[in-house]
Amino acid sequence: MSKRKLISVLFLWLCYISAAVTVLLILGLVFTVFIRGREMLTVEILTGIPSFLKGTIGILPNILNTVYIVVLTLGIALPLGVGTAIYLNEYRRAGITVRIIEFAVDILAGVPSIIYGLVGLLVFVTSLGLGTSIISGALTMAFVVLPGIVRTSLEALKSVPAGYRDGAFALGTGRWHTTRTVVLPSALNGVLAGAILSVGRIIGESAALIFTAGVADKMLNIFEIFSPNNSGSTLTVALYIYAKERGDFDMAFTIALVLVLLSFVLNLSARALFKIGRVKT
Amino acid sequence: MSSILSTRDLQLWYGQTHVLKGIDIHIPEKNIIALIGPSGCGKSTFLKCFNRLNELEPQCKISGSVLFRGRDIYSRYDVNSLRKSIGMVFQKPNPFPMSIYDNIAYGPRVHGIRKKTELDEIVERSLKQAFLWNETKDRLKTNALGLSGGQQQRLCIARALAVSPEVLLMDEPTSALDPISTAKIESLVKELKSKFTVIMVTHNMQQAMRIADKTAFFLLGEMIEFNNTDVLFKTPFDKRTADYISGQFG
Amino acid sequence: MRFVDKERAFRVLLFLCAIVTVAFVGVIIIYLFVAGIPAIKEIGLRDFLFGTEWRPESQTPQFGILPFILTSVYGTVGAILLGVPLGVLCAVFIAKIAPRSIRSMLKTTVELLAGIPSVVFGLIGMTVLVPFVQRVFNLPSGANLFSSIIVLSVMILPSVVNVSENALRSVPKEYELGSLALGANRVETALRVSMPAAKSGIAASIVLGVGRSIGETMAVMMVSGNVANMPSLFKSVRYLTTAVSGEMSYSSGLHRKALFSIALVLLLFLLIINLSFKLLIRQDKK
Repeated sequence: MSKRKLISVLFLWLCYISAAVTVLLILGLVFTVFIRGREMLTVEILTGIPSFLKGTIGILPNILNTVYIVVLTLGIALPLGVGTAIYLNEYRRAGITVRIIEFAVDILAGVPSIIYGLVGLLVFVTSLGLGTSIISGALTMAFVVLPGIVRTSLEALKSVPAGYRDGAFALGTGRWHTTRTVVLPSALNGVLAGAILSVGRIIGESAALIFTAGVADKMLNIFEIFSPNNSGSTLTVALYIYAKERGDFDMAFTIALVLVLLSFVLNLSARALFKIGRVKT
Repeated sequence: MSSILSTRDLQLWYGQTHVLKGIDIHIPEKNIIALIGPSGCGKSTFLKCFNRLNELEPQCKISGSVLFRGRDIYSRYDVNSLRKSIGMVFQKPNPFPMSIYDNIAYGPRVHGIRKKTELDEIVERSLKQAFLWNETKDRLKTNALGLSGGQQQRLCIARALAVSPEVLLMDEPTSALDPISTAKIESLVKELKSKFTVIMVTHNMQQAMRIADKTAFFLLGEMIEFNNTDVLFKTPFDKRTADYISGQFG
Repeated sequence: MRFVDKERAFRVLLFLCAIVTVAFVGVIIIYLFVAGIPAIKEIGLRDFLFGTEWRPESQTPQFGILPFILTSVYGTVGAILLGVPLGVLCAVFIAKIAPRSIRSMLKTTVELLAGIPSVVFGLIGMTVLVPFVQRVFNLPSGANLFSSIIVLSVMILPSVVNVSENALRSVPKEYELGSLALGANRVETALRVSMPAAKSGIAASIVLGVGRSIGETMAVMMVSGNVANMPSLFKSVRYLTTAVSGEMSYSSGLHRKALFSIALVLLLFLLIINLSFKLLIRQDKK
């Protein structure tokens, strides 16, 4: 075999092996989670409230806390992020302001979540006196997902053909009216897909939440969500506590399975939305 | 006359579409052959049969045979050495995003030439053959994408020549260029005839008349007529050829 | 008249959104500086950055974070050395070699991996990898630098594969046809044309991997042992991130302030990496 052929064959095999290793790692990971999480994943666990006194176990409070934080975070970050993107793309197409904001967004995107957690701890928990609470956690998570939302929304807006806007302006409509009636509807899928990805990020986050939303497992009602010092752990934080602090791996794997399933569903729906968006434009 | 390339009952399908319907041709050595015909007639597809670039299309099926110096290139022929012997220039200039020097040296390096002096010599010879040496000798290390469109296309010709091919396939090499660059490429192609066989697809009948020794007219996947260029354009044998060259359809 | 008012109101509103977003960045950076600088002043920059002992609770407390810095550097470099070749080759396979039918299946699988929360990686690391490492290398504990490098390299894999694959797929087809027409085979074309043409995308995937592994906290916390040793492959170690998160809940006084200083160091690390990458890309474009 010539040297040339040898190199080609060698490289080809390296590619095959790498792909195989990657796939095996993924399958092994998912498989392990399924095998070890499956047994305990029952309706009782999903709807149960853990209590030492009554001897019950369950993850309902964690599921609800996750939902609260997702809803609150998006409630804060989505209008802010989409608004910023609209301002950047529709009102100021160039100039120093845009560059500063885009730069800021880029910087934010690279900051690790533990740093957000710390800043959240300083600003919301301590300075604003909210304590470890759902609302502190949600405000912190708004920091975390904001850059992603601005980015995906910007991309979606940029992909709207300029002709749409020109057509509307030519009819004498103002900028906001054009944006609301023409631009936003055709960018909607991209914006939504970005929002779904953010949901995934919130559900998967743990480092930014452990000091801001806290680690408690009790049920919180609507008022307690908004009031300070009512801490509550999300699914990921609960997983960490079960595995690292309590050594309860069965519970941890049960939560892991719930999380993996959730992340698959979110990922697939975001992909579907991106696809629809692309076909339309 | 000995033919360097020939096909025998060449058929080609893309999926269900029958693109080439039994082509028989004998291409004489050191000639310029023009392939003309309306778009969609299969002439570009036919061109790519000679270096088996068609195989990259997943739905492509081929039957019949293509002989290069008497050997069937579709049975037990090393496709890489085939493409070394039969070079190709594309419709849109496609220099690689690297320096002029590295573009030319790309082919020789792939085929195992490593020595700097040897590569230098090949680069100079190829650029001279493509009449590009004087324009580029002072900036061989600059990015090839900085050249003008016409220069890029001549660079691509030089790149193809650098591996010392015997045949050069050209797929409408001037369709993306301005008239002056086109004229340069045409005179270059005429010069190349002394050493290479050139098969060129063209949309432009004047171009075929200006430079080709022989011309083949394609229509709907068939080769209607293949003859010396002056004969084909002055006294076409087939009525369809006459209709096409007199501009009745296109 | 109402129409014009509404237009103006929304203009102001959207402008406010943009301002708040920028203010967010400002708040993060200002807060970290305000909270992080005092401890560095008190400890002294040299003793803080280059001190090898971290004993915040002892009679004569010492606050040297060199072990954390080095662990983060080694851990990241290790994860890159393992994860990047694997990921890039996998991307070449998906983009250039795999038959069409397998391609989209592989892509979906890898993208799904990207969505799995980091604590799940940590959990598997804790329950599968750590005992395995302990047994194979006959160690008192498998929670060490080595285990954390393995976990990190798996965690950066999806982003490396995805970004590199996108870059490779967007290489113009003409380049590859040109190379094939010169008699280069598929592998040579991938190595000599496609990969060089996609190099800024591949570099971006590496930077993403660096960012992700330097910033990862919880998964590393679960598999690295969390002891402030100077790093060595089979010793328990503590990263910059885990140093912050591990002691945050019970620290106070100078100790707590020092943790904020560590976060500041971490942030500066990331800013330097991201900025130098941006400069690199800009120079490349010229």
